[in-house]
Amino acid sequence: MQIVLNGKPCEVAQARLDGVLQELGYHEAKVATAVNGDFVARPARAATALKEGDQVEVIAPMQGG
Amino acid sequence: MTAFYGVELANRLMLGTAQYPSPAILAEAVRAAGVEVVTVSLRRESAERRDGQAFWALIRELGVRVLPNTAGCHTVKEAVTTAQMAREVFETPWVKLEVIGEHDSLQPDLFGLVEAAAILTEDGFQVFPYTTEDLVVAGRLLDAGCEVLMPWGAPIGSGLGLNNLYGLRSLRAHFPDVPLVVDAGLGLPSHAAAAMELGYDAVLLNTAVAKAGDPVAMAAAFAQAVAAGRAAHDADPMEPRDMAAPSTPVLGKAFLG
Repeated sequence: MQIVLNGKPCEVAQARLDGVLQELGYHEAKVATAVNGDFVARPARAATALKEGDQVEVIAPMQGG
Repeated sequence: MTAFYGVELANRLMLGTAQYPSPAILAEAVRAAGVEVVTVSLRRESAERRDGQAFWALIRELGVRVLPNTAGCHTVKEAVTTAQMAREVFETPWVKLEVIGEHDSLQPDLFGLVEAAAILTEDGFQVFPYTTEDLVVAGRLLDAGCEVLMPWGAPIGSGLGLNNLYGLRSLRAHFPDVPLVVDAGLGLPSHAAAAMELGYDAVLLNTAVAKAGDPVAMAAAFAQAVAAGRAAHDADPMEPRDMAAPSTPVLGKAFLG
């Protein structure tokens, strides 16, 4: 199915958020996730089913003021 | 000693981590200034590049406390979701809450700020709201559960210093027991010293150090200014007066015609 990952179309095979992160290569990276604008906590990723067109945000630490 | 949500800081300079010429210079600046708190942010992470992982490793190595921000958020919803993600990634309840309301000045949306602060406080966050010197808004933020306020000195990145001395003095006088941090707009160490002399508890800045020709030297200069300003405040400065008053005693002066 096609989702929107960090603003770009992305084809994924996995159906759940934790599986998609593995599939895309994030593995053990220090990231936080949101689906369609709502925060999805790490423990909730396995139970979060994705559907066609979902907006998935994967974010990580960066410099800030 | 002032505590920020129970945390006492020996060094009252807080430093942003953006815009340095290199990660090494950022690290050196943090060490040179001896800061204990740095601000950090969150951005989209690419699985291939993993820039965020390298940055996080650098911050951990510095051993400083992090204050994640919600920079770039223009709505309550965005700011709240960003704060939730930051809490998980950085493993801290602290959040520098920014809800930006105006493009040119990056002035906070004070209505959204109060609303987001209430939501986050209710959810267990310890909110450092980026606000203006407005007294009414300050009261509302405290009502919402904030225990620290961070009024701007001037627009973010402007380097203009303390734009509204009256407003900042007034805020300090109205809320004598609330930890207050001047955040944003400082350009020179003298601005930071002035904020501390007004009785502010800390200052937070980024661009003034990161964009200096020598960020490491400037970070150290700011740390000295903050310490000097605080010491001066504690030493109870004299009252200014309009007319001269001789400092050298007149009594006993020789009569020389």
